[in-house]
Amino acid sequence: MLEIKNLHVKLEEEDKQILKGVDLTVEAGKVHAIMGPNGSGKSTLSYVLSGRDGYEVTAGSAHLDGKDLLEMEAEERAAAGLFLAFQYPVEIPGVGNMTFLRTAVNAQRKARGQEEMSATEFLKVVREKAKTLKIDADMLKRPVNVGFSGGEKKRNEILQMAMLEPKMCILDETDSGLDVDAMKLVSEGVNALRDAGRGFLVITHYQRLLDHIKPDVVHIMANGRIVKTGGPELALEVENNGYADILGEAV
Amino acid sequence: MADLAVKSDPTEDRLAALTMPSCGAWGRAVREAALARLRSTGLPGRRDEYWKYTRPDTLTQANVVPAAVFQNDELPPFEGLERLKLVFVDGVFDADASDDLAETGLEIERLETAMAQDIHWAKDLYGVLETNGQTPVARPLAALNSAYASDGIVLRVTAPVARPISMIYRHENLNSDAILHHVIRVEKGASVSVLENGPAAARLNKVMEVDVADGAAFHHVRAQGRDHERRAATHIFARLGTESRFKSFTMTVNGVLTRNECVIELLGDNAQAHVAGAALGDGDFHHDDTVFITHDAVNCESRQVFKKVLRNGATGVFQGKILVKPGAQKTDGYQISQSLLLDEDSNFLAKPELEIYADDVACSHGSTSGAIDDDALFYLRSRGVPLADAQDLLVLAFLAEAVDEIEDEDLREHVSARLSGWLERHRS
Ligand SMILES: Nc1ncnc2c1ncn2[C@@H]1O[C@H](COP(=O)(O)OP(=O)(O)OP(=O)(O)O)[C@@H](O)[C@H]1O
Ligand SMILES: [Mg+2]
Repeated sequence: MLEIKNLHVKLEEEDKQILKGVDLTVEAGKVHAIMGPNGSGKSTLSYVLSGRDGYEVTAGSAHLDGKDLLEMEAEERAAAGLFLAFQYPVEIPGVGNMTFLRTAVNAQRKARGQEEMSATEFLKVVREKAKTLKIDADMLKRPVNVGFSGGEKKRNEILQMAMLEPKMCILDETDSGLDVDAMKLVSEGVNALRDAGRGFLVITHYQRLLDHIKPDVVHIMANGRIVKTGGPELALEVENNGYADILGEAV
Repeated sequence: MADLAVKSDPTEDRLAALTMPSCGAWGRAVREAALARLRSTGLPGRRDEYWKYTRPDTLTQANVVPAAVFQNDELPPFEGLERLKLVFVDGVFDADASDDLAETGLEIERLETAMAQDIHWAKDLYGVLETNGQTPVARPLAALNSAYASDGIVLRVTAPVARPISMIYRHENLNSDAILHHVIRVEKGASVSVLENGPAAARLNKVMEVDVADGAAFHHVRAQGRDHERRAATHIFARLGTESRFKSFTMTVNGVLTRNECVIELLGDNAQAHVAGAALGDGDFHHDDTVFITHDAVNCESRQVFKKVLRNGATGVFQGKILVKPGAQKTDGYQISQSLLLDEDSNFLAKPELEIYADDVACSHGSTSGAIDDDALFYLRSRGVPLADAQDLLVLAFLAEAVDEIEDEDLREHVSARLSGWLERHRS
């Protein structure tokens, strides 16, 4: 589903190489986790895949279902089924959360040649999904993420994901800032979306999230590369011993 | 050597091109007095401090710069709303195109009719609020207006009026030079909404004097005409009584030059004045909001919310002042002026001022100018919203605080729809 080959990325403004040859394939129906020290390039990878400005791909490729992601605009990637739950969700004063969701859902439908969702249908679906994430009506009315707590912002990301039903979901530290109960809610939200046609790339620092969202494959990223790939036990190893051993043996 | 004595005087040049309309005795007297006020200051020139950011010459000179009539097939603003229509064509009242000047709770007269009669409340207002508004800053174009206004209405509201009074200003003549003056008195406990739309003329000089009595309410929503080449200098002078409310919102899209001055005096306790504006300019566009609010009573609230979206070298100006007089305790004054610059060629010049002579007041002001937030733009796009739609959404979000000042939901939606329409037509 998602195929990344030898991806090299530098900053556009500076001569700073951040990704130095990332190879990664996520198959449909699978959950892959990426762990790795701060600054190793995990968020950069997720931004480059979703089409944020400011980066220059100097080598390599990224494809979603055979389509060249790097050739597409951010909105085209979204319509093609890519979704990024942001590490730091953005506040948008003046745009209501509901308007935002509806605009996004209908824009993607339009791009795929589908009919727009009617206002009543949309309302029904959004209320249902918000309820399972314990997002109240007030949060839906407020401007996007403005004044939301850290945990509320993360739940709002998962609500967007649930509404957009993407094929390939990248979650960048969705667990950070969540209390124990919210972690469960968010994980349940993610698990509810798991199916044979959907892939997940879950970026996290903690085993705790992976207790709820069981990964099929775990990757360790360091210094702009995937340095080790293994099963769920790799995450436990990191949890217990940190990165020193793994990085030591990778070097 | 050149003889300085024969150098022409711009004020006298302008006056020579004008004729004072004939009217009754009191009309004559107030017009002459206004002319004297104008002569005492002269018309503003380039070095005038109050006109530092806006060149007054095309507004003050004798000759009108011709303005093409903008043809488009859109419905005019406020179409479909239940309202009493008063139509002016190039600054001249058109009775045939207008509704009957009869409405419960209202007395309406055309200015020339009122000036020929002895209508005491009109006599007490015409040029009076304008005169008060000449200090501490002179507003010569408003004095010129009081002296030479050729049309307008006088309106007295004696009860809550259901239908808005809608003034429609058509522009048909390339060279029209209109001077309109309206006088509105909202009596105790009465309320009215006044709508204005249309370019009015190639050049418009308009004054509206509004006297809001105790417990009365005045709502004003204006959509200035879209003709690209039109010029306008407008003044609103308002006086507010105890527990009265004044709300004014102006939308400006296009127009080569607009100077909107708003001068408000809060004279009764617990009064509330809100002035707001949303201006969108693309290219040859200069828009100036100049506001002066005087708090002269206890526990009053004032809000100024002005937002401008500028691109392709458009210029926005904001000069806003809150003056809190001694004794005007518990004043709550808020002022914000912001511009969204869609490129690096556009300009925003702001001069926010506070002058406070009371100790128990809460006043704030803020002025910013900036570009569209790239992070917000990417966030929207990452959710599938196409670039142009995402930009429009963020522009409308930027304008929302001003548009939300319109209390009536239908009117607010009319205005929002027009703003989105403009954005769609002006995509880069
Ligand atoms: N726009 C930028 N300007 C300068 N440096 C940048 C920029 N974006 C990323 N970097 C640098 O690139 C490196 C990788 O950053 P990235 O955010 O991808 O790390 P990360 O693995 O997500 O870290 P964390 O676990 O702390 O979230 C860091 O050294 C970071 O400082
Ligand atoms: Mg990160």
